[in-house]
Amino acid sequence: MAAAVVPKFVGSRVKRREDPRLISGNGTYVDDVTLPGMLSVVILRSPYAHAKINSINVDAARKLPGVVAVLTGEDLKGKIGSLTTAAPAEHIPYHPPLAQGRVRLVGDAVVAAVATDQYIAQDALDLVEVDYEPLPVITDPEKALEPGAPIIHEEFGTNISTRAQVTSGDIDGAMRSADRVIKFRLVNQRLAPVPMEPRGTVAQWNQGSGHLTLWSSTQGPHLLRSYLAEMLKLPENRMRVIAPEVGGGFGCKLNVYAEEVLAAYLSMTLKRPVKWIERRRENLATTTHGRDMVVYVEAPVKNDGTLLGLKARFICDAGAYLQLLTPLIPGFSGMMMTGCYKVPAMAFEQLVVFTNKMAPDAYRGAGRPEACYIAERTMDMIATELNLDPAEVRRKNFIPKEAFPAQIPSGLVYDSGDYVAALDKALKIIDYPKARADQAEARKQGRYIGIGLCSYVEICGIGPSAMLPPTMKGGGWESATIRMEPDCKVTVLTGVSPHGQGQETSFAQIIADEFGIGIDDVTVLHGDTAIVQYGTGTFGSRGTSVGGAALMMATQKLQAKMKKIASTMMETPPDKIVFHQGTMALASDLTKSIPMQKVADAAYGYKVPMPGIEPGLNEAAFYEPTGCTFPFGTHACVVEVDPDTGVVKFLRYVAVDDCGRVINPLLVEGQVHGGIAQGIAQALYEEVVYDENGQLLTATLMDYAVPKAEMLPHYELDSTVTPSPVNPLGIKGVGEAGTIGSTPCVVNAVLDALKPLGIKNLDMPLKPERLWRAIKSARKA
Amino acid sequence: MRVTMTINGQQRSDEVEDRMLLVHYLREVAQLTGTHVGCETTLCGACTVLLDGKAVKSCTVLAVQASGAQITTVEGLAKKDGELHPVQEGFWEEHGLQCGFCTPGMLMLTVDLLNRNPDPSEAEIRHALDGNLCRCTGYQHIVNAVQYAARKMRGGARRSA
Repeated sequence: MAAAVVPKFVGSRVKRREDPRLISGNGTYVDDVTLPGMLSVVILRSPYAHAKINSINVDAARKLPGVVAVLTGEDLKGKIGSLTTAAPAEHIPYHPPLAQGRVRLVGDAVVAAVATDQYIAQDALDLVEVDYEPLPVITDPEKALEPGAPIIHEEFGTNISTRAQVTSGDIDGAMRSADRVIKFRLVNQRLAPVPMEPRGTVAQWNQGSGHLTLWSSTQGPHLLRSYLAEMLKLPENRMRVIAPEVGGGFGCKLNVYAEEVLAAYLSMTLKRPVKWIERRRENLATTTHGRDMVVYVEAPVKNDGTLLGLKARFICDAGAYLQLLTPLIPGFSGMMMTGCYKVPAMAFEQLVVFTNKMAPDAYRGAGRPEACYIAERTMDMIATELNLDPAEVRRKNFIPKEAFPAQIPSGLVYDSGDYVAALDKALKIIDYPKARADQAEARKQGRYIGIGLCSYVEICGIGPSAMLPPTMKGGGWESATIRMEPDCKVTVLTGVSPHGQGQETSFAQIIADEFGIGIDDVTVLHGDTAIVQYGTGTFGSRGTSVGGAALMMATQKLQAKMKKIASTMMETPPDKIVFHQGTMALASDLTKSIPMQKVADAAYGYKVPMPGIEPGLNEAAFYEPTGCTFPFGTHACVVEVDPDTGVVKFLRYVAVDDCGRVINPLLVEGQVHGGIAQGIAQALYEEVVYDENGQLLTATLMDYAVPKAEMLPHYELDSTVTPSPVNPLGIKGVGEAGTIGSTPCVVNAVLDALKPLGIKNLDMPLKPERLWRAIKSARKA
Repeated sequence: MRVTMTINGQQRSDEVEDRMLLVHYLREVAQLTGTHVGCETTLCGACTVLLDGKAVKSCTVLAVQASGAQITTVEGLAKKDGELHPVQEGFWEEHGLQCGFCTPGMLMLTVDLLNRNPDPSEAEIRHALDGNLCRCTGYQHIVNAVQYAARKMRGGARRSA
């Protein structure tokens, strides 16, 4: 009988192997890269949201001692291609790295100064004179659709970049047969991702070899290489892109940016290494934003709370230019808007509209927080309108456990789920009946206490690759290489590009268990295109679910080879051999074994030829997912609103998340905590604000409300475990779940608190001022 | 202008421009890149260092203002033999960091906090952290890390009521 293999590391709270370098100041972020002769690049940006550039005078700037070059958009004409989008759209604007003749948003790059240090480069920009002729500005996408609105890209004759329409089932029939149709408008406000490390790039051109090395704070070094190669007309095998330590991404560092191609071009033409480091003001203005859509929802319901269908019209802000995924993301919001619920019919229409603002793109959740907000606000609207319990409305409409794999109206197939289990667990932890009784008691005392629920489902590890637009480079797949080195230490090269998620630890846990070795016997390398085989990168909670699956495939190939070698030495069939504590042993009797080192010696020494077996121990795999994963869970919270100040105080925050099988509970907790923080931030605090002239009012961290420690609650976490059948590890992914589940939960709680005042719907962020005004006017009425 | 200061126990003296920020002096002149620049406006705290034992944001101190001072950066926290400072140990044990960019500032701030208040409550810790932003952790593991360090520095004693 085969001995049971007990995982030693997988499932354990192993502390991170990344940390020693990061807690001692030894991490190397892009700004820490210094090269001999390196120059600094600083960029002059448009102070106008929309203007014609009549002239630019850079003469004085060029004469300043220490200045090496000053470039405008005209200098780049015909030299660098347009920045592009990976998603299909009807109208894709030309997007030069430096503006040519016209600026279309505050922060549009206009002039680049290159000097021996950043202080001098900034001095040079102070000497540049730009003659702008302001043009009419449009910042509201709904107004941008009106006849006579200023057109941002005249060549299109419209502000609509693209539109989509999806209908499934008999939505008109659902509307007719409903007892009532609940209609409301939701605003998913614009957010700024704000990784603590702003963006940055170092480029080094080697004139002798014709090779470019580029360090960038990116989530996808290979994708970046492919897009840069196209713009610079350089072969990919002469480009090395390195993602060094990356100080947070949250989606915004997946995009390919003007400054990356600009730095590369400057290094190639000046034949010197150059560095550009984003300032926080630039980060808030010109790093991609997130969300920003208005949704008109129509929900046909029966009087018992049964949802018969869901219809939505989306107006999505595209900003001034399309960035990498700008037109793609709203699609996820439409496809996932029916959430955890069995809805027989759905229909949505989406308009993606240009405005004089920064483009929204991927931001933690990317389309699913918006989808979940529709589904979960709908559930609470039904409960409010029909005077039903919100928990019961959810329970009534859930897709039942038996239905999985479950196809939803949009065509997506949910892999696995047990929504009732997660809801029940959250209700139990928060002691729902008591919480409701406490709320009733508090209301008698004039206190505004609210209970919020959110049962979310989201989509991760997008695949198969055919689900992604044909125009997008890379795919839904991921890659891994595993090497057993001659000394039996293992090196893993992963195509994902972790930047805080901790795969140097979680992947080492998997490998240590697979080979029965120590965790310190494994090294995980990533983020360097000269070292690692092509990979798609880290986004969409795919790192472990897709990257881990690729690693398992490569591992199984290597194990098969090693068993074959051991088989010749042990005179036993390969399938009777297992890896055990640094040995290769008989499955039936673990004491009968040979040291793994002997197998490595045989493979690398190869002094005894092994017919049919190549020397070396090195295997690679590219894993193509058969389907997506759908993590789910229920968040529940209790809040109190102070009617005199509008301040929201958390009394409880409970999250029950199901991300399938867990490799490292400590890392999962970290991901959920951080996700919840960003979701709460959307519900209560954060909002990118432009005024009617397109001026960015939230251009510093004094004005953009990234939450501080005191503004967030103590989270109580629990989980259910429903493995995913679509990948060999059973993992669903957890990077974005917290963000998706928390926003509607908090909004539902605040609105529940304000129910006695007759307030049914308010737009985020539910900041004190907004709540105070709503309470004041409700009390007057 | 000439500045002289002691950084992590080592004295150095350099000629710098009057306008050079302390953080740029530390990173570019003294080559101590563990201190990070996150916002240049005293709002994020990534650049926090100890100046004569007190936590300051080095992006809004001029190098010339720090002349004559004792500076401690993240590189100066561990002992010479590599033994981690209890605050570093706490952040590692309690998963108090993810991307690591805010971490050096968080560590230096925590050293200052625990010098002033060796036994802080959760509310006191959250209040003390308010000048330093973290985008990854949602702060709870940072709170746990500070508590771990506080316990360790008090010699394992329990928090008084």
